[in-house]
Amino acid sequence: MNVPLLLEMAAECLGDRPALGSRDAPVSYGELQHYAKNAAAQLKDIPAERIAYIGLNSSSVAVALFAAGMMGRAFAPLNYRLPDTDLGRLVARTVPSIAIIDDDMASRVPPIEGVTVLTRSQFDALAQKPVFDGSEDPVEEDGVAIVLFTSGTTGEPKAATLKHRHLVSYVISTIELGSAESDEAALVSVPPYHIAGISALLTGIYAGRRIVHLSAFSEKDWVDTVNSEGVTHAMVVPTMFQRILDEMERSKIGLPSLRHLSYGGGRMPLAVIERAMRLLPNVDFVNAYGLTETSSTIAVLVPEDHRKAFQSDDPAVKRRLGSVGKPLPHIELEVRDSEGEPVAAGVAGEIWVRGDQVSGEYIGRKALRGDGWFPTNDGGWLDEDGFLFIDGRLDDVIVRGGENISPGEIEDVLRAHPAVADVAVLGVPDQQWGERIVAAVVLKADTSEDALQQWTRRRLRSTKTPDSIFFRTALPYNDTGKVLRRVLQAEFGKSAAVAHTI
Amino acid sequence: MELKPGSRWKSAVCTTEVVVVRPPKTAVTLECGGVAMVAQNDTVPAGATIAPEHKNGTLIGKRYTDSETMLEVLCAKAGEGSLSANRQPLAIKDAKRLPSSD
Repeated sequence: MNVPLLLEMAAECLGDRPALGSRDAPVSYGELQHYAKNAAAQLKDIPAERIAYIGLNSSSVAVALFAAGMMGRAFAPLNYRLPDTDLGRLVARTVPSIAIIDDDMASRVPPIEGVTVLTRSQFDALAQKPVFDGSEDPVEEDGVAIVLFTSGTTGEPKAATLKHRHLVSYVISTIELGSAESDEAALVSVPPYHIAGISALLTGIYAGRRIVHLSAFSEKDWVDTVNSEGVTHAMVVPTMFQRILDEMERSKIGLPSLRHLSYGGGRMPLAVIERAMRLLPNVDFVNAYGLTETSSTIAVLVPEDHRKAFQSDDPAVKRRLGSVGKPLPHIELEVRDSEGEPVAAGVAGEIWVRGDQVSGEYIGRKALRGDGWFPTNDGGWLDEDGFLFIDGRLDDVIVRGGENISPGEIEDVLRAHPAVADVAVLGVPDQQWGERIVAAVVLKADTSEDALQQWTRRRLRSTKTPDSIFFRTALPYNDTGKVLRRVLQAEFGKSAAVAHTI
Repeated sequence: MELKPGSRWKSAVCTTEVVVVRPPKTAVTLECGGVAMVAQNDTVPAGATIAPEHKNGTLIGKRYTDSETMLEVLCAKAGEGSLSANRQPLAIKDAKRLPSSD
């Protein structure tokens, strides 16, 4: 049971339906399968364990992903936005490999021993040559399908591995083959080295939904593409979401074809999702929580729960708009304390998961426990009805005077202030407290550090009030929408030598 | 027959092909059209005929389960025959309606 089987089954029952690309010039399921088989037939004799891919999202990524699976090689899409030296180091970690590189990026990667380089044009030409003779090589049992380098907060990125059985399990457990209406089209605007880009491709193909790739995100291009391609389904990260809403209001353009919008990959500010639900009342919203190591989604806040929370007066229901919903039916999920014991509803701890789609493995190491449980390193809690709330990465927890403080809680409070556009809260070393709390704030109206501190103090304990607040014109984000706390930490750790006492 | 997760099996009497999603708790013979299924790469024994009481068809993309042994298979190619384990017909699994999240 491997990833190419998903395409084989989709092609079997949907052969002529468009699988990828624009309405005017799509690639059908049958064609996609042929291209992948052609490429696999011509590349399989090159000694390689992995197929690395450096380039923007396109139909070539899909062809390469399936071709890799057909050859029994792992597919390793790499972050092309890294500086050349870092990118070169990642390519070297894929050796022995075939590296497919966008034509205009080829010069960025020096020749590396053990890497056979193909430009995207060369790969596309191979894929078009009908050489497939019908024979199929047996594929390794329990092979690795995808390698994704997770953004490391310290040191070199970890190479997370997802096996065919993890990805296939996720797809067949959440999607029914060919269940999409024939006019459905999904817009994928996250890069190919992001797990959501991979899972969107696989679930879209299995469902029978045409995949449209936006190779580089801009809110204007996103809105234009949704409208020109009749996009019905899309997935965005929270930072993109805000910009899209701004663009819609600025240009007074609606999204009449859009039926379904999912978001994830970071904290969604309540004000943004509420604004989206007002602007797009006919769209079904889904909040999806998942990790690279869990083959993406493990919990979802479904459209019905979005609406219930939005319309409710009951605070316990209302606050669920800030949750990530309930664990998927086939996933086991627990919140555990530091001793590993499950905690009661309402109590915070670490989120652990178990299921067929959970990998928790990396090249060279394993975080998955012997009993199949995986510690996500995310903090959170479950409410009485099983809705999951995420506090944030445990690594981001601030320990001030022996108290564990979650930055997310303080950020949510500051974000609710009318003058605050964006905020990140972090800890910096402090002689007296171990760590003290610093907030980086982007303003949209005038206010003072003192006013924000008072605002926070009134809503949370004084120990959770930021010791210092720095104002910035923007916060540093990576291109998957995650705020780069360590960049801020480096800045503030150095300069804030004087502790502000409250 | 060792019904390992991920193993592929084909019908001896029609076009049905399946993949094992969950192995059986105890050994069983997986049949299609009343005849034991064959490993994907093995040759189909000649002369087998489809049994009329196991001719209700198997649908591509559907999952079929055996309540006794918990065996679960996914149909990768449709066919005329219907699936059974030790002659007990497999049941179609209800597809969970989940909104797409990707």
